[in-house]
Amino acid sequence: MAKKVKTYQLKVPSSTDQLEIIREFVTGVARKVGFREDELNKIELAVDEASTNVVKHAYGYDDRKPIEIQLRVEPDQFVIQITDKGKGFKPDQVKKPDMKEYLAKMRVGGLGIYLMKTMMDEVEFSIDPGRKNMVRMVKYITPETVHPTRTVS
Amino acid sequence: MNGFEVAQHNSEDGITILRLKGFLDAHTAGDLEAALQKCIDEKKFRIVVNFEELNYISSAGLGVFMGFIEDVRENGGDIKMTSMTEKIFHVFDLLGFPALYDILKTDDEAVERFAQTEKE
Repeated sequence: MAKKVKTYQLKVPSSTDQLEIIREFVTGVARKVGFREDELNKIELAVDEASTNVVKHAYGYDDRKPIEIQLRVEPDQFVIQITDKGKGFKPDQVKKPDMKEYLAKMRVGGLGIYLMKTMMDEVEFSIDPGRKNMVRMVKYITPETVHPTRTVS
Repeated sequence: MNGFEVAQHNSEDGITILRLKGFLDAHTAGDLEAALQKCIDEKKFRIVVNFEELNYISSAGLGVFMGFIEDVRENGGDIKMTSMTEKIFHVFDLLGFPALYDILKTDDEAVERFAQTEKE
């Protein structure tokens, strides 16, 4: 028999004061999945960075626009999809940051995507500016990432 | 709802200690920016930032330090960081901050480090 897939959804205005709510929503579900504390921290940070990018870059701080967060708990992976309808970007052109160079130039942004890729097992973007931009991030559910007592759904 | 606080404490030896509490994300980074800007405006360039009660930081929070460090160092000061939990240190470590900043266990160590630099 195929195992059940559970889905969860949150839609909030594109504003930085929603970041806390987004983090709590995602970590709440991830905790139920049974992820260990350090994995919860990674998931929390990846989701925050992705959502912050939407607020700042896709919508340019326009809080009338929505951010949608969809979670899918599959038997062997936890999938997070963050969707916006704002300005897209070219994911291939975002380079891994050189911290020394950052410091020298006093640049204060651009670390988000690097962190997302470091924190999650898979990160992919699909960009269609003004229609649907989406980042899909995956954390594998393995004996290393979840508590041994985790109840299998 | 106020998820972030900065408490400023001026020590006798002219060092400013900023104690962070709560979470530092894109929403609250502006409060830290304002606190550091105030230090600069008041010509307090020897700054210790205590992370003991900070329970979360994102790149928006890290970025604040990068925005001020050059200015502070050009004026003969520094921003030294203390009392980070493992969770917070992990994020700093991942981005190579330990090579760029003094990250110490306690405020006393940071104050001591400032005293040493002064002697040199």
